[in-house]
Amino acid sequence: MKFRIAALSLAAVLLAGIAVTYVWFARQAQPAPAAVSPVTLESGLLVVLNRRLAVIDGSGAARVSAVECVRVYAAAGTGVCLQPESPWAYHLSVLDSSLTTTKTLPLPGLPNRARVSASGRMVAWTTFVGGDSYASGGFSTRTGIIDTKEGTVISTLEDFAITREGKAYQNIDVNFWGVTFAADDDRFYATLGTDGKRYLVEGSVKSRTVRTIVSNVECPSLSPDETKVAFKQAVNADPQQGWRLSVLDLKTLAVTHTAETRSIDDQAAWLKPGTIAYTVRDSAGDPSVWTVSADGTGQPQLLAPGAESPATLGNHL
Amino acid sequence: MYLASVTRPAASGTATKIVAGNVVALGTVSLITDISSEMVSAVLPLYLVLSLQLSPLSYGLLDGIYTGATAILRIVGGFVADKFRHRKLVAGLGYGLSALAKLGLLLAGRSTGALGFVIATDRMGKGLRTAPRDALITLSTPEGALGRAFGVHRMMDSVGAFLGPLVAMAVLTVAAQSYDAVFVTSFCIAALGVVVLVLFVHDRRGTLAAQPIRLKDAARIPGLGKLALVAVLLGLATIGDGFLFLLLQKRDDLSLIWFPLLAVGTSLAYLVLATPIGALADRIGRVPVFLAGYAVLTVTYLLLASGASAWLILVLYGLFYACTDGILMALAGPVLPEHLRTTGIAVIQTGQAVAYLGSSVLFGLAWQTIGSTPAIFAAALTAVIALAATALVLRRFAATTPAVAAEDR
Repeated sequence: MKFRIAALSLAAVLLAGIAVTYVWFARQAQPAPAAVSPVTLESGLLVVLNRRLAVIDGSGAARVSAVECVRVYAAAGTGVCLQPESPWAYHLSVLDSSLTTTKTLPLPGLPNRARVSASGRMVAWTTFVGGDSYASGGFSTRTGIIDTKEGTVISTLEDFAITREGKAYQNIDVNFWGVTFAADDDRFYATLGTDGKRYLVEGSVKSRTVRTIVSNVECPSLSPDETKVAFKQAVNADPQQGWRLSVLDLKTLAVTHTAETRSIDDQAAWLKPGTIAYTVRDSAGDPSVWTVSADGTGQPQLLAPGAESPATLGNHL
Repeated sequence: MYLASVTRPAASGTATKIVAGNVVALGTVSLITDISSEMVSAVLPLYLVLSLQLSPLSYGLLDGIYTGATAILRIVGGFVADKFRHRKLVAGLGYGLSALAKLGLLLAGRSTGALGFVIATDRMGKGLRTAPRDALITLSTPEGALGRAFGVHRMMDSVGAFLGPLVAMAVLTVAAQSYDAVFVTSFCIAALGVVVLVLFVHDRRGTLAAQPIRLKDAARIPGLGKLALVAVLLGLATIGDGFLFLLLQKRDDLSLIWFPLLAVGTSLAYLVLATPIGALADRIGRVPVFLAGYAVLTVTYLLLASGASAWLILVLYGLFYACTDGILMALAGPVLPEHLRTTGIAVIQTGQAVAYLGSSVLFGLAWQTIGSTPAIFAAALTAVIALAATALVLRRFAATTPAVAAEDR
């Protein structure tokens, strides 16, 4: 018995030593918070840098704010930041141009996408929610919209009336993700996942309806002239095989693959007519922001190493 | 001796004795291992979604694939443990495999294939270890005290499951959100569990069977078919924790932030009730307690449909677990011959797991087609039918099948 107690004690001390040492190194390895500088949502490229909201100017210099965000977007002086309270709980903050919080909303689940309409009035978010699915360990999404002018919150699009391939449609497995708004602050595009398929839908906030347009289009991002959407297309219509960053012509429904051949799991952002920006992850999950031409020509360009969640604030590049 | 007398053991005898040292050792291993595995379960979604930025919808697909493989491995593992009378070794392999899987998470990176393999390895480890572990509990405990022994074991197990997320939260906070630190800590804790197993758990090797045992012998274990049927019924009557919590969340429009706490509520109730219910089963009989579990489950479903307090439902659900989970093993253990006990337990547990999976899928379909309230009523009806069928099976079982392990006393 004495031997066993001694052996156990030795093993416990050894293993605790390994754990404590690793935790200590992990703590040291964390980058020191960058110096906080005054940041406004007026011009430049809005990104997340080391989990902080940051703005990169034309020269490539980053100003990093004190605002912690997992995902950001902004337009016309309205920003949205999906913000951690703890590793398990997140909320959405609507920010004004000087990064003052004007509204917060607790979010269910883990942050995924965020968008603001061009006028700055409408805000949309998507989170991943655990347990909303048949198999335990399965996930589903939750997508909501805030009208900052009226102050109304649509906590889930799942209550909207769905028209699928011309017919009224209802199913408990319905999931929405990745909203992008049109300029009239009513019309929007998003992804509808149901029945094993993923559709591009066009919807109306006022009439609370969506209708499917085409399948295998995820995370749409409407071009400034509203004729195209950039999106991720599952390779062979199977998300397990990764996604190809592509552009859909809304009139002809023709799909153009961009020159980006890596698998991109992001909702892209239009930096200017003809150019889209998106986050690339390396094998360790570390991000960088790249751009590529929307017409399928050229090569992807690295825009901001270490950054993610790009959005243009205008007057950029 | 007949099962009827198993269910009504003499009130004196073992009732005063607290559980065997081996059971406490196995409980300690489970406690430590569950801290480790629940740490990972608590952070895995965060890690996949936020750190690796993997689409969790594709992760969900990874999940179901290996269930079948795990079921087969469990039975083969049980048989090997019996054949070579090395229950401790097989259980240890299972614990070791799961410990290594924690390190695998560090190496898998963003590759969904590698992550799927690592998660499957962890599952296989769990599948491999449960049957020999439960067999060792039955082999270390006098028959009359089995209910209490399983109660104590399941209580210790739940304590670990309860602590795991808290430890993970603490590590994340101290290690500046490093998920790798959580995995390394989880591995160290799991390794400690293996050390405790190696040092403090005694294998019950028993005497060598007269003839080498063959897999087809397992099919001839008297009573195993009926016990497996009881386990399948139990699996079919259970719609799944995920659905129960989801229904509660939808019904009461609970903030999703509370969602993880629902599981905590149930495991707390289970943790508190497991030992007293196990002891009660030893005194008044395991079959009545097991059947009472179904009654509790039926009431739980009906309350869920009626809009009763969420906390009451969670506590009743924990009570259902306390009345059925360990009790089924206490019921089965003495009936299975010693030399094939691990195999028998593996068959029973596999039956339950597969039926449970099927029941979840069926409930999902029912919810989708007839709506949540009718689906809950259907589940309640299933529980009542399962109760009646189980009562019938165990009654005839008691009248026809001699229990083998009577000489233990």
